[in-house]
Amino acid sequence: MDTSSFLVQQLINALFLGSIYALIALGYTMVYGIIELINFAHGELFTAGAFIGLIVLAALQKYGFVQTHFVLTLFLVFGMAMAYVGVLGVAIEHVAYKPLRNASRLAAILSALGMSIFLSNGMMLSQGVSDRAYPALFGLKGITIIGARITYGQVFIIILSLLLMVALNMFVNWTKLGKAMRATAQNQVMARMLGINIDRTIRVTFIIGPALGAAAGVMVGMYYGSVRFDMGFIYMIKAFAAAILGGIGSIPGAVLGGMIIGGVEVAWSAFLPSAWKDVTTFIVLILVLYFKPSGILGEDVSETRV
Amino acid sequence: MKQTPLGNWRRAIKPSILELKNVHTYYGNIHALKGISCTIPSGDIACLIGANGAGKSTTLLTIFGVQRAARGEIRFKGRPIHRLRPEQVAVQGISQAPEGRQIFARMTTLENLEMGAYLRNDKAEVAGDMEWVFGLFPRLKDRARQLGGTLSGGEQQMLAIGRALMARPELLLLDEPSLGLAPKLVEKIFETILEINKNGVTIFLVEQNAHMALSISNTGYVMETGRIVLTDSAAALLKNEKVKKAYLGE
Repeated sequence: MDTSSFLVQQLINALFLGSIYALIALGYTMVYGIIELINFAHGELFTAGAFIGLIVLAALQKYGFVQTHFVLTLFLVFGMAMAYVGVLGVAIEHVAYKPLRNASRLAAILSALGMSIFLSNGMMLSQGVSDRAYPALFGLKGITIIGARITYGQVFIIILSLLLMVALNMFVNWTKLGKAMRATAQNQVMARMLGINIDRTIRVTFIIGPALGAAAGVMVGMYYGSVRFDMGFIYMIKAFAAAILGGIGSIPGAVLGGMIIGGVEVAWSAFLPSAWKDVTTFIVLILVLYFKPSGILGEDVSETRV
Repeated sequence: MKQTPLGNWRRAIKPSILELKNVHTYYGNIHALKGISCTIPSGDIACLIGANGAGKSTTLLTIFGVQRAARGEIRFKGRPIHRLRPEQVAVQGISQAPEGRQIFARMTTLENLEMGAYLRNDKAEVAGDMEWVFGLFPRLKDRARQLGGTLSGGEQQMLAIGRALMARPELLLLDEPSLGLAPKLVEKIFETILEINKNGVTIFLVEQNAHMALSISNTGYVMETGRIVLTDSAAALLKNEKVKKAYLGE
């Protein structure tokens, strides 16, 4: 493998990993944007998505559906995982966050941590503590670009992530509900005075954010071939770092942050001892926060309050 | 607007659109409104003047349900609204350009205006009203694609009023539309308020610029530390010795 194909390979890896971090980071940033709470249960929602995907996929495989209806299978696996986790997200908001909306910030954070532990243990009890194999949908076949090998699985995941991000962007910028969501995030009292039902916009946020995380969960399961009840932890940390890095509350920021964290991690693994790759995330995070505490695309809080 | 001697007569026969009866509001332990009563006739411009901290903004926020009225009654077109949440008050046909303008900083001028029309589904008429607002404030049209947070103070004030108008309200609550604006722009804003009123919108105006406010209003209320201490036709208040001394700087 020559240098150019090596670089292309790393670029594809970075895009792949970055998209996954970005999808998860979007969930953090959207929820933070609208209720100023770090949803610590988000990592578990990501894992739950992976498990739902696994359950649906295993069931479809059992009846030989995968071979006959491949595209429909993908649609069902992602659709069911996203729908289920979306509902779970709304349920969590209703049970754990909504009653604390006017309570102290600390109470809400503790409630989020509690929800995270609760979901994690729930998955451990129902799905077991060991790795569960994820059926390989795409196999190892792929295409070669400038000597770099990219599997169909990777192609699919990158394209799907980009589609989801474009769809999200269209939703928040072009639809009435999406704009109402942004209005709620920027100024809740004013949004209410214009007749916006903020309970509704917050609920929608808690469908979309977790659903994107669930899609990322299925992607990780498919790509790495296994899932475990605690797999969400490391992704949660990375995606959280990505959201902060991009400027928490900013949707483009989450995507940018995800891509940077993914890129830096891949670059480190490519040239330096990969055992240290997780450290890079935090080095980047610390550096950016040192020079720009609000994150790359973050707004000054003072500005948004006026 | 010139106040005629018929001012009192007008008030007597015109149906009131908004009525506050003995309204009390608290911020924690602070008794901010100590029993406010006032009646705003339909189609009028009424103003509430007073010093900083007298409770003028609190009055507007209480009408909108942002602050809860602990006691008393607020009626809009005869229906009680003091138990409603802000989003329910908006549905009744009241809109507000609140203190501090509260522009959505990371949304464009156009999007801010669209949010004003959030409750409406009559797309064609919303587009028409948008043109009307652009007619009232041509500057907003030039800034249509610019983010709200990057507008000047005056432009933000125009946007706040324009956004409130996009709901096509029957009653418009304006909180200090002149605050922080150059004198020339203040005059322009007050002219526009008169024009809005001519389109059939009742206006309840809160102002520190008492002279300007009274000169365009039918009725005026003077507020001091949570109480309305004086109620009269705006023309009479402009001649009132006490008002002259305390608020008009004469």
